[in-house]
Amino acid sequence: MARSITMQVARYRPDREAEPTMQSYDVPLRKDWAILDGLNHIKDELDGTLSYRWSCRMGICGSCGMTVNGEPKLTCATFLTDYAPGPVRVEPLRNFPVVRDLVVDIGDFMAKLSVVQPWIIRKDEETPDGEYLQTPAELEDYKQFSMCINCMLCYSACPIYGLNEHFLGPAAIALAQRYNLDSRDQGSADRMDALSASTGVWDCTYVGECSTACPKNVDPAGAIQRYKLTAATETLKSFLMPRGGR
Amino acid sequence: MTYTHDIVIVGGGGAGLRAAIAVVEANPQLSVAIISKVYPMRSHTVSAEGGAAAVIRAEDSLDEHAYDTISGGDWLCDQDAVEAFVDEAPKEMLRLENWGCPWSREPDGRVAVRPFGGMKRIRTWFAADKTGFHLLHTLFQTSLKYEEIARYDEWFVTKLLVEDGRVRGVVAIELSSGRIETITAKAVILCTGGCGRVFPFTTNANIKTGDGMALAYRAGAPLKDMEFVQYHPTGLPFTGILITEAARAEGGWLLNKDGYRYLQDYDLGTPQPGPVLRSMELGPRDRLSQAFVKEMEKGRTIDTPYGQVVHLDLRHLGAKLINTKLPMVRELCLDYEKIDPVKDLVPVRPVVHYMMGGVSTDIHGATPLDGLYAAGEVACVSINGANRLGSNSLPELLVFGARAGRAAAEFAAAQPDDGGDWSGILTQAEDERRRLERDLRGREGGGERVSTIRTEMQAAMEQGAGIYRSADSMAKCADALQELRERLPGVSIDDHTTTFNTELIAALELGLMLDVAESIVHSARLREESRGAHQRTDFPERDDVRYLAHSLIHRSADGSPRVEYPPVTITRWPPGVRVYGR
Ligand SMILES: Cc1cc2nc3c(=O)[nH]c(=O)nc-3n(C[C@H](O)[C@H](O)[C@H](O)COP(=O)(O)OP(=O)(O)OC[C@H]3O[C@@H](n4cnc5c(N)ncnc54)[C@H](O)[C@@H]3O)c2cc1C
Ligand code: SF4
Ligand code: FES
Repeated sequence: MARSITMQVARYRPDREAEPTMQSYDVPLRKDWAILDGLNHIKDELDGTLSYRWSCRMGICGSCGMTVNGEPKLTCATFLTDYAPGPVRVEPLRNFPVVRDLVVDIGDFMAKLSVVQPWIIRKDEETPDGEYLQTPAELEDYKQFSMCINCMLCYSACPIYGLNEHFLGPAAIALAQRYNLDSRDQGSADRMDALSASTGVWDCTYVGECSTACPKNVDPAGAIQRYKLTAATETLKSFLMPRGGR
Repeated sequence: MTYTHDIVIVGGGGAGLRAAIAVVEANPQLSVAIISKVYPMRSHTVSAEGGAAAVIRAEDSLDEHAYDTISGGDWLCDQDAVEAFVDEAPKEMLRLENWGCPWSREPDGRVAVRPFGGMKRIRTWFAADKTGFHLLHTLFQTSLKYEEIARYDEWFVTKLLVEDGRVRGVVAIELSSGRIETITAKAVILCTGGCGRVFPFTTNANIKTGDGMALAYRAGAPLKDMEFVQYHPTGLPFTGILITEAARAEGGWLLNKDGYRYLQDYDLGTPQPGPVLRSMELGPRDRLSQAFVKEMEKGRTIDTPYGQVVHLDLRHLGAKLINTKLPMVRELCLDYEKIDPVKDLVPVRPVVHYMMGGVSTDIHGATPLDGLYAAGEVACVSINGANRLGSNSLPELLVFGARAGRAAAEFAAAQPDDGGDWSGILTQAEDERRRLERDLRGREGGGERVSTIRTEMQAAMEQGAGIYRSADSMAKCADALQELRERLPGVSIDDHTTTFNTELIAALELGLMLDVAESIVHSARLREESRGAHQRTDFPERDDVRYLAHSLIHRSADGSPRVEYPPVTITRWPPGVRVYGR
């Protein structure tokens, strides 16, 4: 195995440069080095000015999403050897404004989070004395959608979001479904406006790129499809029972 | 520009989010803000795996949880704090349930519990082995419901502003723009987490640089019990990624190079096929990590490119149990070690994991400095004493996050609105801005890299203040740290831009870490005994006559440390012998 690999890294400092450029660095090619280890080697040993986000380096905090050889990846869980002999190209996530080098602006997603009201909504005023009972089967109903680490790989992969930034997008919709399907929640009607709006589920043409990109098997595309069915039924119900007979 | 809030919380992890919700619930009139150097859901609480302890079963009792905690902490816990903790932990955990945390369940729908190290009863709640992830996301998502909570995401706090013995706010940098702002407040709650990054090999994320400890120390608040650093017995070599204690709680074995369950040689009980509470692999972390070192000295560990390891054997648990109860363990082993615990042995070694010490607070989360509160891993109340029990930290940050929030709300509401003369505070803030702009961001290159000094500091800490320590090893470590401190002003910062300047942040973190490292080593040198995680080869016994006391380290006006020894609070459990496996 070669001893080193070339990393081509996107650089962009808005105070300095009008547009992004690529810069090459040679880093050691080690069996257990993730792309992130390569970036850390660059920052610590070669060029302190490179900026990117990372924290947990165990695939759970969702900070380190980037575009690696054209695909959205968690760089702490993607290994250099898979790209040998190289070069391997590291760019910021697509579909987001670039703040600097490999750092993108996810403010849009953070704002959309609140729109889908991702918290338990109860119609009863009193909080219970103990726990709400929930069987393992009921937990299973929404569990997959609760595994999202907000890494934004799905938004980066989504062609619809690329064209229309108003689209709620895969992770936000999956999160809404995570609560809609939770046996403790009574708020699906409250979330309906946001989900059925023109920027909600109907924007999705079921390309499915989001689920392919997702590193945590959340299957946001599945969440969207499932909600379309629910929404269609609800709409039908509202025609049949206009005064909300439930 | 200056922003103003009644309460500013530094840190958006489990403790910070819980505190923020507590403030709003206590007094919705107050304006509260969370400042965090990463988006809240990226905070390191996200990586906690195994679970959170709270008494819920009929066969368990608060007293037993208290006793396990106190004996686990080698009698350095304040027992009034522990009593409050075990009493409120179940209520807090139920709130999390009501807020939607996806706890694993029994077939009848009740919350499930699992065994954990050092616990005599089964009382650890879990969400598979992604407990911290689910806990953090539940808290964060629930916090979005409260429009009252303002957020400064990706802002780095560099200084606490103090005048006349009272904290009045902070100075912080917004990462995306580089602007430096003063944020004033009637009360500040530090929830900045631990400091594992002062060591080279740690389960802790890149952000765990002990910022809050150093900020408080510099502002005149004392740190408590800083010599007590927890090594977790099972980290993956190279990455330091944690293999949760739950793996042993579900029945995993620790084997030496001969395939022998070596813990039986260290007064931790006799091996049984299934897990036995407070025995063998379910002994406390300090004892297990120490046994590893002894085993290594006997030449019975396994040599790898990333140091000596032992094996964690999960194979007999079978794929089904591993997939349902330990899915993340399997995922991590497959991703990072290219091995499958269903059929392979997992190489593990002790790894720096948790800081028992921290900013000294009372049982309401208040520090001795007026207006300053602390909760979570940054704080030392102390319920963890000389050794924290696994799964006590998550409930701790809920209980004391909420307590600190309520106490700060009460304090802030009692302060007058104009707050008197601000000129002194604004001058301090201006000085800090100048330091950041001129001395750091404007600094010329040519010197050493941040990473060079950081790496040397970490190596010095591991060699001098690791699992076993001596006067000699610590003296060398202290000298090394002193030398690094002298080199620090010469460190070069090549990045002079304002937008997302992570080199500047790394330099600031390095300065803060050096303060933390020094306080650890200084406190450790003065404690001439062995207790819990602080083991000295030159003083191998516990010494209750001299050291049944907390180390309280203050920074004197000239910058030198001064240590006092206030007594431990004992309510109902007089110091005894720690017995495991018998
Ligand atoms: C791998 C791992 C597994 C664990 N498993 C368990 C377990 O199973 N059970 C258990 O009980 N405990 C466990 N722990 C311990 C527990 O997770 C932590 O002690 C706890 O989560 C700390 O929470 P916190 O809110 O205090 O801090 P963190 O979650 O670390 O949050 C710190 C916050 O402070 C902010 N911050 C820090 N410095 C600054 C600054 N200068 N300016 C602005 N913001 C700042 C950060 O952005 C972050 O939001 C585990 C720990 C690790 C590392
Ligand atoms: S759905 Fe998957 S890809 Fe999208 S943000 Fe969540 S974890 Fe990432
Ligand atoms: S660094 Fe946390 S997910 Fe990669």
